[in-house]
Amino acid sequence: MPPLTRWHIKSAFIYLAAAMLLGIGLAMGAVVQIPNWLSYLSPSFFHLIMVGWVTQMIIGVIFWMFPIVTRAKPRGNEKFGWATYIFLNVGLIMRVLCEPLNAMNPQGIWGWGLVVSALLQWVAAVLFVYNSWPRVKERYRGE
Amino acid sequence: MPRLSQWYIKLSFCYLLLGFTFGALLLAHKGEPLHPALWNWLPAHIEWLLIGWVAQLTLGVAFWIMPRYWKEPRRGNTTGAYVAIVLLNAGIWLATLGPVLWLSPFVLIAGRVFEVVAALAFAHAIFPRVVGREG
Repeated sequence: MPPLTRWHIKSAFIYLAAAMLLGIGLAMGAVVQIPNWLSYLSPSFFHLIMVGWVTQMIIGVIFWMFPIVTRAKPRGNEKFGWATYIFLNVGLIMRVLCEPLNAMNPQGIWGWGLVVSALLQWVAAVLFVYNSWPRVKERYRGE
Repeated sequence: MPRLSQWYIKLSFCYLLLGFTFGALLLAHKGEPLHPALWNWLPAHIEWLLIGWVAQLTLGVAFWIMPRYWKEPRRGNTTGAYVAIVLLNAGIWLATLGPVLWLSPFVLIAGRVFEVVAALAFAHAIFPRVVGREG
């Protein structure tokens, strides 16, 4: 398993645990008063699962298991792979931090944090597809 | 990787890009308002990522890696898997455009029906291949 895949998979498990923990916090809202910043993390709960856990796990496994491009460059451009990892994770963490802060201070700088977060995650998706597309093919036969 | 799996997976990549593009617009809109009509696209964002990206990718990979038969045709009767890719994508677009364009609720229902039939057709094709090593 290549190092990048290990980073993706281990990060995915951390997000899963974080999402479940956050799920407990949000569920507590039904029985006790939870702080406002916590209730604003409801969209982050879903995105920690769908982006941090599911999509990140898929990206890591695809990088590992899909047919190689060539023997010389088996997994395409590895720099794009690492950029995908960094952009996806920095973008997601920025979202989790900025979303409640922006909800509590709508005129603050946190809104721009959300814009940057959105851009980073979008670039991560584009880089992932760009790097993975050539690997969606028949098995490499050496030609 | 068989040709049909390539279609499933490449389509799922397209939905990933669509879903992330509209997701990014919605998130940016939360921070710096862009256009109020953007929120109409929230159901499309969810549909493209849950069904178009995750479910479709799963089907494509399942068709590729599930155990094959020793004799041709190695993947058995694949008609259901071909039917499924057409119905699934038709269903995704009906379920997406119905709510976004404020069409009749029956458009959304039709989309969901297409998706159910797609799931059944794919299951019909793949069930015989869900076996142990001894067959």
